[in-house]
Amino acid sequence: MDLVCPAGSLPALKAAVNAGADVVYLGLKDATNARHFAGLNFTPKRIREAVAYAHARGSKVYMAINTYADPAGVARWRNAVDQAADLGADTLILADTGVLDYAARKHPDLPRHLSVQASATTRQALDFYHRHFGIRRAVLPRVLAVQQVRALAADTPVELEVFAFGSLCIMAEGRCQLSSHVTGQSPNMAGVCSPAAHVRWQEEGDILKSRLNEKLIDRFEKQERAGYPTLCKGRFLTNGQRHHALEAPTSLNTTELLPELKAMGIAAVKIEGRQRSPAYVQAVTRVWRELLDSLDRNPEGFKPAPEGQKTLSRLSEGSQTTLGAYARTWQ
Amino acid sequence: MRISLGPVLYFWPRDKVFDFYRQAADWPVERIYLGETVCSKRRELQLDDWLEIGAELTEAGKEVLLSSLTLIEARSEAGVLKRLCDSGVRIEANDYSAVAMAEERGLPFVGGHSLNLYNRPAIDVLKRAGMFAWVPPLEMNREQLAQVIEIDPGIETEVFAFGRMPLAWSARCFAARAHNRPKDDCGFVCMDYPDGLSLKTQEEEDFLVINGIQTQSHQCLNLIQHLPELNRMGVNWIRLSPQSRYMNEIVKCWQQAIDGDITMKLETQWLPGAPVDGYWRGMPGMTASL
Repeated sequence: MDLVCPAGSLPALKAAVNAGADVVYLGLKDATNARHFAGLNFTPKRIREAVAYAHARGSKVYMAINTYADPAGVARWRNAVDQAADLGADTLILADTGVLDYAARKHPDLPRHLSVQASATTRQALDFYHRHFGIRRAVLPRVLAVQQVRALAADTPVELEVFAFGSLCIMAEGRCQLSSHVTGQSPNMAGVCSPAAHVRWQEEGDILKSRLNEKLIDRFEKQERAGYPTLCKGRFLTNGQRHHALEAPTSLNTTELLPELKAMGIAAVKIEGRQRSPAYVQAVTRVWRELLDSLDRNPEGFKPAPEGQKTLSRLSEGSQTTLGAYARTWQ
Repeated sequence: MRISLGPVLYFWPRDKVFDFYRQAADWPVERIYLGETVCSKRRELQLDDWLEIGAELTEAGKEVLLSSLTLIEARSEAGVLKRLCDSGVRIEANDYSAVAMAEERGLPFVGGHSLNLYNRPAIDVLKRAGMFAWVPPLEMNREQLAQVIEIDPGIETEVFAFGRMPLAWSARCFAARAHNRPKDDCGFVCMDYPDGLSLKTQEEEDFLVINGIQTQSHQCLNLIQHLPELNRMGVNWIRLSPQSRYMNEIVKCWQQAIDGDITMKLETQWLPGAPVDGYWRGMPGMTASL
């Protein structure tokens, strides 16, 4: 299985490559990719450097152009595809059927992967994208139980890539407009979720409140660790009860599923976190390189090193990890 | 412009569903979407029941379509979708699985708002696959929509113009979670909430509504004051999303507004939440211009 790691900057890319990533994925500094945060991502010049650095060390570079094209900006998305080809990216990660169509016609030899943002969960959906755009691989949304992933893996026209570690998106990717409902900006069109420009922290005595465009997302007592106000991870009231009604701050960690994922023929595991620091990317990549190498050496006796798991816990949101939708109990 | 009635998004008892569509037969709506789009565990009605309702509505002069499940996870759900596509009735495809099946069968379909059709090239791909009408994503604003349909797209445009907005889908059932139950043993608790389960902020402010695995706005989208603009832009259909009460009044009010009475306004007490039109104006969806 390939290890696919995130890079929000050239230092992060170098960290990932040096720590053993088979593939690093990145995006341009604009709304054409789903992690459009201030201070992140790559200019075309930096992508050229990134590709040279990665290729010299045997790693590949995937370019994510995985938001949906603004009707007035179709040319920009097409231009991003052309740039990826020109800059030597190994593969495109795409979601928009219009952009997929363009890439397939204009650059037929440049491999295309279906982004998680396209939210394809069935053989029929994968058939559609394969038939029309010749996609080679699809990244699965974080909504399938492991049994469902297995069933799909046994009956798919394309390779499958699954999320293995990082922030847990609990809604079907590409099907969530909560962020734009509250802030006007969403993952699909703007490449952002719960954007920082709309966040306000408010101290009231011993209470710290976090607001997103003035909506109260959570309030924290002094001894609590305050989390970023991602709106699906706040505490709300249902039937008068205060709780993490949708999800608590936590990270996905699929270490224990690795032998199963390998056995079912999953092509790649993906690490989330283009918004993370080079140090984070390096630490997580190193742990996952070791995990995959040890799995290859001894698939039957696979036993993750406790040190590595400790590192992953330390780097997780709220220091908690979960199997997410892979486990029926989570659902 | 004509009125369509979107699929019922909530889990209503069987009798209520039959009763609802008996009334709808007399409403000034010309297109009606039937079927379960949110959760495959909701089986008060089987495909045969929907087809029976559909036959009666067709008899009453309505154009009837079957809406497909939005998030498909299990093979059994794909099996249900296959039967839907083989029923001979045209479908609303709410997922690319449905698009693929419709295309394979040469079955014309409506592209639902969860297909993420944000631009003309994307629409053109699906038009070639058999799409004859499309519903823009809820978050699209009027300028964006105008750019897409400025030059006739050759298919009908249907705008979701009234009702609580479906904003997200998850593998997790939040209604079950609110009752400390696992999804596999949910006890069909969402039947207790005919217009969804309210989710408030810790300041007791109405915020969202939980509808099983779906999350909706608490507020009620209402574009009635923008009707003249929708008309000018070339929108063909106005979609009203069913709610449990006052649907009769709401539909008639919209029809009068479409017929040219610009003084028509929806009464506040008819709406399940505060009226909003933020998305249409390029603002956060939860905001209102009035």
